[in-house]
Amino acid sequence: MTDKPESRKQILVALVENKPGVLNRVASLFRRRNFNVDSLTVGRTHRRHISRMTIVVDGSRNDGWRIAANLLKLINVIDVALVSQEPHVSRDLALIKVNANDADSRNTLTQICDKYPAHIVDIGPEVAIVQIAAQEDLVESLIQELKPLGIVEMVRTGVVAMGRGIRILDSQYEPVIPITARSGNGNGSFEAYSV
Amino acid sequence: MTQLLNGSEILLECLIREGVDLIFGYPGGAILPTYDALTKYPQIHHVLVRHEQGACHMADGYARATGKVGVAMATSGPGATNLVTGIATAMMDSSPIVCITGQVTRGAIGSDAFQETDVTGVTLPITKHNYLVMDVHELPYIVREAFYIARSGRPGPVLIDIPKDVQQEKIEFVYPTDEIRLPGYRPPQKARPDEIQNALELIHQAERPIILAGHGILMSGAMNEVRELAERAQIPVALTLLGKGAMPESHPLTIGMMGMHGEAASNYAIQDADLLIALGMRFDDRVTGNLKTYARNAKKIHVDIDASEINKNVQVNVGVVGDLKTVLTQLLPGVKRMSHPEWLNRIRDWQEDSDERDIINREADVLLGAQVLNDLWHFTGGEAITVTDVGQHQMLEAQYYPHQRPMTMITSGGLGTMGFGLPAAIGAKMGMPGEEVWAIVGDGGFQMTLCELATAKQENVPVKIAIINNNYLGMVRQWQEFFYEERYYATPMFNPDFCKLAEAYGIPSMRVTEREQVAESVTFARAHNGPVLIEYMVQKEEIVYPMVPAGADLDKMIRRPKPNEA
Repeated sequence: MTDKPESRKQILVALVENKPGVLNRVASLFRRRNFNVDSLTVGRTHRRHISRMTIVVDGSRNDGWRIAANLLKLINVIDVALVSQEPHVSRDLALIKVNANDADSRNTLTQICDKYPAHIVDIGPEVAIVQIAAQEDLVESLIQELKPLGIVEMVRTGVVAMGRGIRILDSQYEPVIPITARSGNGNGSFEAYSV
Repeated sequence: MTQLLNGSEILLECLIREGVDLIFGYPGGAILPTYDALTKYPQIHHVLVRHEQGACHMADGYARATGKVGVAMATSGPGATNLVTGIATAMMDSSPIVCITGQVTRGAIGSDAFQETDVTGVTLPITKHNYLVMDVHELPYIVREAFYIARSGRPGPVLIDIPKDVQQEKIEFVYPTDEIRLPGYRPPQKARPDEIQNALELIHQAERPIILAGHGILMSGAMNEVRELAERAQIPVALTLLGKGAMPESHPLTIGMMGMHGEAASNYAIQDADLLIALGMRFDDRVTGNLKTYARNAKKIHVDIDASEINKNVQVNVGVVGDLKTVLTQLLPGVKRMSHPEWLNRIRDWQEDSDERDIINREADVLLGAQVLNDLWHFTGGEAITVTDVGQHQMLEAQYYPHQRPMTMITSGGLGTMGFGLPAAIGAKMGMPGEEVWAIVGDGGFQMTLCELATAKQENVPVKIAIINNNYLGMVRQWQEFFYEERYYATPMFNPDFCKLAEAYGIPSMRVTEREQVAESVTFARAHNGPVLIEYMVQKEEIVYPMVPAGADLDKMIRRPKPNEA
């Protein structure tokens, strides 16, 4: 095999039914099979009944296929793509709060941010919040540069990804029971992504 | 015409439409509305078990004997958690069962209410799928999906958790007639043509091919196709424990079970083969031994309905995902007639060596488990459905009770659940009343679920119970002898008088201490139209040979010495 010393990161995208407990099922699968999850993000799509997960795992390409096969065994998982094996776009969003309590540090901060697709989105007398939405390696690089200023708080969304071009991961799925037929029990499972 | 029915009645209406006429269960507060509804549906027979684990194993035994979906029912909390071992057993052996559990009312969920357990959470990793029904309108759809999921693709257990107030809520009942819509569930069927071509190429190149026949063959009903493949290309067939019955064991090409306690000839053949054709099996560690040295010289074809099994334990050259019967039907027209006389002769030599070592015809001054099993095979004409527990007697059954027909050997292979035997045998007998059913159990496992003797008696199920009693946890004792320097800690058993115990339940019994009595015991068992218990007092120190130590190379077996070496 031509296993380059490329990144051992595999990015999987899963379309799942927007139902309660689905995130739990996916998370449980990763724990049960001892797969190493780097990040897992979940959010809505343009279709009301379908959510989309992006999962980054530490492993070989074969691990990626194995995980995909296991994900597909879950009844609520509609489709899976191993997007790291195809041309794709991936983004990670981070908010980084750094010390910026004098002119020097504020200058340094501005200079650093100019080199990245990053913005200062909040600034006060003591600290500033930098926002970046970029490929994961760029986010990592920015974090390294900001470290000397003193990072005091940070949050990242985890990677979201999409295959490029006409490779479309989509499903026309509509649930069997139309929502109007449901008796109101306050469950609201199609509205909120509850676990 | 629509009817106003409550959730419980809707559930039972749906079960009847799935062909359910038998439920194994145990009542309790949260499932009581459904038990009350059962009074209105005499076409469903409810079997009252003595422990919910028994209900699950009975549904499992029923499913494995009949090929239909077995149904177990329990109340919330402890009732549901008692099902867990049975569900995990069914999951590991791909057995189609549907478990129905009561749950506290919707409003009480999450409040640590009396007898509340997060059952869908608990069973999530051990079910093929599970449901918490929060809306009675969904119930008919869920029941239909549950049965479809349980029996299709790679079968498995499905659990439906129904809050008490959902069981009580009344709505207009309309049975859904549209297609089941499960967008994420597409059981594979056919193989891709290139996969078939690649498999054919390997089969035609092979000089020392071997078929590894697994449970999937029985599930798919591909026995004839497997036999056709074996005969046409003259390929020997080794069986997994759950694959027993996939090929008639009297067939000259069947070389017997593989793995830890498999036939030595099968294990040698696998290690020596240049092609493995793995059909509906999953390369369990008990089958492969050390993966690093497993079938090193062999190319591998693996056909399985579960894509995640391909390349899981063993890297294969050709992986085919599909239904076995369909795939083999695609493959067979391309298979040339072949012969491998040299290869088959080599295997015959190994078999002859094993015959020399065999214990079955040796004189012994004590009764041996191996002889009991072989005599039971002889006196039942090899035609009984045998349901085993887990341990030495299970392996002895696999070695000494050859099966000719599929679905006549029922055992907990994957999970190795002690206590499985008796309840599963009751379920099997209730599913197949026309068949002779023997529960083959050890003295250890039997005591884990012996409360089901009462169930067998109450239902008057004519299941024949053979206790192979060595007053030891024999398999554990065997490991202690080989690998723990004979420190027999926590394996000697104090046992009750099993015959008196049977008497207490009103069950006829007999104790066998001599080999000559085995024939009589079968006659005795058959003479009573109800449960019968036979206790066979066997040698304490009996060892199951051959044995591949856990993690050792498959051909590094501990063998029984030949008579002249002993």
